[in-house]
Amino acid sequence: MLSFIIRRLAVAIPTLLFLVVLSYLIMYAAPGGPFDMERPLPPAIMANLEAKYGLDKPLVVQMFNYVWNVVVHFDFGPSFIYKDQTVNDIIAQGFPVTLTYGFWSFVVASVVGMSLGILAAVYHNSWLDYLAVGISVGAQVLPNFVMAPILVLVFTLWLGWLPGGGWQGGQWQYIVMPVIALSTSFMASIARLTRSSMLEVLNANYIRTARAKGLPMRRVIFRHALKPALLPVISYLGPAFVGMITGSVVIDMYFSTGGIGVFFVNSALNRDYSVIMGITILTGALTVLFNLVVDILYAWIDPKIRY
Amino acid sequence: MALLEIKDLSVKFETNDGIVSAVNGVSFNVDQGDTLAIVGESGSGKSQTAFAAIGLLARNGRSAGSVKWDGQEILNLPEAKLNRIRSSEIAMIFQDPMTSLNPFLKVSEQMEEVLTLHRGMSRREARAECIRMLDAVRIPDAAARITMYPHEFSGGMRQRIMIAMSLLCRPRLLIADEPTTALDVTVQAQIMDLLRDIKNEFNTALILITHDLGIVAGSCERTMVMYGGRIMERGLTSEIFEHPTHPYTLGLLEAVPRLDRKEEVLPTIPGEPPDMLKGFKGCPFEPRCPLRMEHCATEPPALERLSETRVRACHRNPEEVA
Repeated sequence: MLSFIIRRLAVAIPTLLFLVVLSYLIMYAAPGGPFDMERPLPPAIMANLEAKYGLDKPLVVQMFNYVWNVVVHFDFGPSFIYKDQTVNDIIAQGFPVTLTYGFWSFVVASVVGMSLGILAAVYHNSWLDYLAVGISVGAQVLPNFVMAPILVLVFTLWLGWLPGGGWQGGQWQYIVMPVIALSTSFMASIARLTRSSMLEVLNANYIRTARAKGLPMRRVIFRHALKPALLPVISYLGPAFVGMITGSVVIDMYFSTGGIGVFFVNSALNRDYSVIMGITILTGALTVLFNLVVDILYAWIDPKIRY
Repeated sequence: MALLEIKDLSVKFETNDGIVSAVNGVSFNVDQGDTLAIVGESGSGKSQTAFAAIGLLARNGRSAGSVKWDGQEILNLPEAKLNRIRSSEIAMIFQDPMTSLNPFLKVSEQMEEVLTLHRGMSRREARAECIRMLDAVRIPDAAARITMYPHEFSGGMRQRIMIAMSLLCRPRLLIADEPTTALDVTVQAQIMDLLRDIKNEFNTALILITHDLGIVAGSCERTMVMYGGRIMERGLTSEIFEHPTHPYTLGLLEAVPRLDRKEEVLPTIPGEPPDMLKGFKGCPFEPRCPLRMEHCATEPPALERLSETRVRACHRNPEEVA
């Protein structure tokens, strides 16, 4: 097992390098640059700026310098747009925010989604099943950019229970609505996955055996059916967790939370090369890491899987 | 009083294509220590009869009639009440030992829960009893292997584990649903020997559901032949084998390969098993019956009693069949 983890982490290095090179190439292939304004800058100033940020050097040299700084100094460079801010600053500021509301979204989506899915499967074709499926379809088709203003309308403007935006160091009142808005569609997917996989498992021969042994239904479901039913759900949860903790531009915009979701989109629009790269690498590294976590969980649940 | 008394049992399934009548008016008794083989081809309703008796039908299945255990009606009892009978009084083993054990739980976990639940044993007592039972079904080195997972055992071993698990509470009736179908021939013989020994040792009544007449002869006192969800014929196994009184039984017996006859082609029963969606007015076997008469298609033959031990359902006279 340990050697498997080490092997997987070793494979992560070329994966991330490939990610860096590919992102760099796509970034440069896109027209425009960070200093292209509506009114073009005088050529002398442009040349100075490019020299300062190293954009005058050949692409390969730029890329090498970038990777060198990241690996050796853990320095993702200065932002091209936000003056006096490095990418490290931006991530250090924004990532804790998205990590917080992303983590709670993950908890809510998993707990609610799995519970709904299990209930729907166990009471298959009953009103409970239809209700659970109804809720999850509703949650799925309601995009978060519709959800967010509805939440603000109800909880802030009508009821006056929650602040309409801001972060305030992550006090709970400021987290509630971002979590609801972000978690609903994930919750819906988890519910549907859990339901279909649980339905399949409940038809398995070993579940009939468990029932023939006279075990109470609760024990049949939680002890005999849950583990196998959650396998496909877990492989979805890995990427979903990364998706949630790296935030969402919609959440950051509507609730002014200041997470990295909004920085990522703005940096792409502004050609803020170093911020794009920084957040891409962060997301990539987290994806690799949590895919590994999923694989480890698989081996822990399914005794037939051994690395 | 009979241990298990099934009267006029019928089972229907609601499917997307319509209602399937899997079992139609089946009645039989099983006494203490009795051995009954239920024989028939796929779709004859033999397994569903047993599943209905202990409430294990698929979700879309509905059963009607009467099933009495020890004189108490148990058909369609709530799950919680059935759970007190399941495994502790009536145990069941299934066709495919590869999929009938939970692949995600250790053998010890799957066996011990039967005893901790039904007998209120501690984990430690249960473990000791489970190891004793695994020894009894001849699993070598049971004490060490009990903590292994099902996939670490061969098919025959897994069926032994299933048998050991079903016997933990010393049930009075063991229902074996095609226990040897998924196993190869030498292992089949071992499992049948084991079932016979266990039956004698624990004085357990046995219902053996099978389509293999070869394993019936040596292991069951009585045999019941089913077709199209109905009883065709029932009697002592020796009577059935020596003097079949139903054309279907006759066909089945002729289809058993024999070493004392030289045959180029093994005789089969022409035609296919009935489409249970359609249902039938007369005898279900009529379309394939070599001895059919005109009214066979329209009038269902009643179950007639030939002797104390023998019943049959056919319009022909018994002498005409043999």
